[in-house]
Amino acid sequence: MTLLSPTATALLYLTAAVCFILALKGLSSPKTARRGNLIGAAGAIVAVITVFLSMKLDNIPWILGAIAVGSAIAAPIARRVQMTQMPQLVALFNGVGGGAAALVALLELAHRDDPWVRLAIVFTLLVGAISFSGSLVTFAKLQELMTTRPVVFPGLPVIMGASLLAAVATSAAVIVTGAGWLAVLLLVFGLLTGVLLVLPVGGADVPIVISLLNAFTGLAVAASGIVLGNVLLVVAGTLVGASGTILTRAMASAMGRSVTGILFGAFKGGSTAGSTVASDRPVRSSTAEDVAVLLRYAQKVVIVPGYGLAVAQGQHTVAELQTELESRGIEVVFAIHPVAGRMPGHMNVLLAEANVPYESLKEMSEVNPEFKTADVALVVGANDVVNPAAKTTPGSPIYGMPILEVEEAPQVVFLKRSMRPGFAGIENELLFEPQTTLLFGDAKESLGKVLTAVKAL
Amino acid sequence: MDGIALLTITVLSVFVGFEVVSKVSSTLHTPLMSGANAIHGIILVGAIIVAGQAADGWTLALALLAVVLATANLVGGFVVTDRMLEMFRGRKKPPAASAVSGNGTGSAGSGTGAQGAGR
Repeated sequence: MTLLSPTATALLYLTAAVCFILALKGLSSPKTARRGNLIGAAGAIVAVITVFLSMKLDNIPWILGAIAVGSAIAAPIARRVQMTQMPQLVALFNGVGGGAAALVALLELAHRDDPWVRLAIVFTLLVGAISFSGSLVTFAKLQELMTTRPVVFPGLPVIMGASLLAAVATSAAVIVTGAGWLAVLLLVFGLLTGVLLVLPVGGADVPIVISLLNAFTGLAVAASGIVLGNVLLVVAGTLVGASGTILTRAMASAMGRSVTGILFGAFKGGSTAGSTVASDRPVRSSTAEDVAVLLRYAQKVVIVPGYGLAVAQGQHTVAELQTELESRGIEVVFAIHPVAGRMPGHMNVLLAEANVPYESLKEMSEVNPEFKTADVALVVGANDVVNPAAKTTPGSPIYGMPILEVEEAPQVVFLKRSMRPGFAGIENELLFEPQTTLLFGDAKESLGKVLTAVKAL
Repeated sequence: MDGIALLTITVLSVFVGFEVVSKVSSTLHTPLMSGANAIHGIILVGAIIVAGQAADGWTLALALLAVVLATANLVGGFVVTDRMLEMFRGRKKPPAASAVSGNGTGSAGSGTGAQGAGR
């Protein structure tokens, strides 16, 4: 249908673009975040309705059917996903977005012979394909369908370079000839490059790579907007590309890493390849009753939550433990590492769900001086973010990452499932220190036992 | 639209994109990434245009695939972002009865339901 005049169409697209800007703006502050997200969704609805009303489209029943199918697949998954699996779901959605952009560009090639437009087409194809396959690999890593450790093999940099060169050469050929089979070949090289780009990235760095690929998809969408002459796609895609780049850098710096170091670090001698073998060195393990006594007669306890707490869904139990200890006059604070868990902010979200008061959550810089004055540091399912190797071992994959200085506390208690190392695959020397006690088991169960024991004291 | 106008819009959008997220706390990094992820799902508009102009079966099939993928990106992206942000709600509430009966039970219930249906 062409119910809308070109002017009305342009104004509606402008409205949608402003919604997207307000969405990003809103998402930058905790108070407005939820509203911001809804504004973004409203903008998307305006844009989709506008496209149906503003141009002559065939196959409308088919298109509506495809939209219904896409929604029916995605919405329930997004509704039901567990907290711990959200990062990989974001990766998956990002990947399919990149794939959609690549398909749009591929199909438009037949209708375009302007070389500049063809340049935008090959850009969309290549970047969309990289984003698609790269995101699928990050999904597989986070879902632990494959190893979370960096995958490197001899000649990887050479193959990577060759794949990129082949992609650039094919791009040039597509721009000159406009041949469809060459475009498909380019798609293949793009997919290959995406896989090779992400394979060497270590598990702990994967969230940053997701953010980077997110920015890539944004750029692909912007380029597809140039192909189709659609201003909204250009604005929305560019916004995501730019904000995604800033966000990627912010996330990397929160972990003390550089983006190039993450992508290419594993090439430099495999130092980031850790181990998943459980250590058999002696440690001091303990019972829930002993831990309860330590906590009960402390004046100040710092709890350090990590991924293990999220996996065990132990947030409500840890909140209960806090309430119980505080009712006995013991000061309890939570030390939140910015990248504890599998995504930045993971712990804040988790503990907020269990109604832990905001004032009890302390950020790294604020809480680090407090470990010295605390009596007990209780580490629940965290490992890499408290590993002193980040400060003391220059060769370590996490060297340079800011950590929570748990080793400063006079008593350290680790609640751990097993002696397996953390996500980065390196051993934590702190586990073998004399002030450290370990309580093995599922975080939620261990916390429950400790809680019962504290109540009994 | 002519090239220079598009270029102008692109450059200005880059600066807006840089500016709107310049001061964001690490707590919100993940929801922001997820929200930005949802926004590029607007490629759906492009997929609809291509599907609406498809002349042969193959083109239509591929274009419809693009529509499905783009919809998944758009709808799933906004829903999962909303779920993340849902967790921030109720933090300011007193941690007494209201919190237990309201937010806590609700999310715990949906979590269990998810497990049952998902596996």
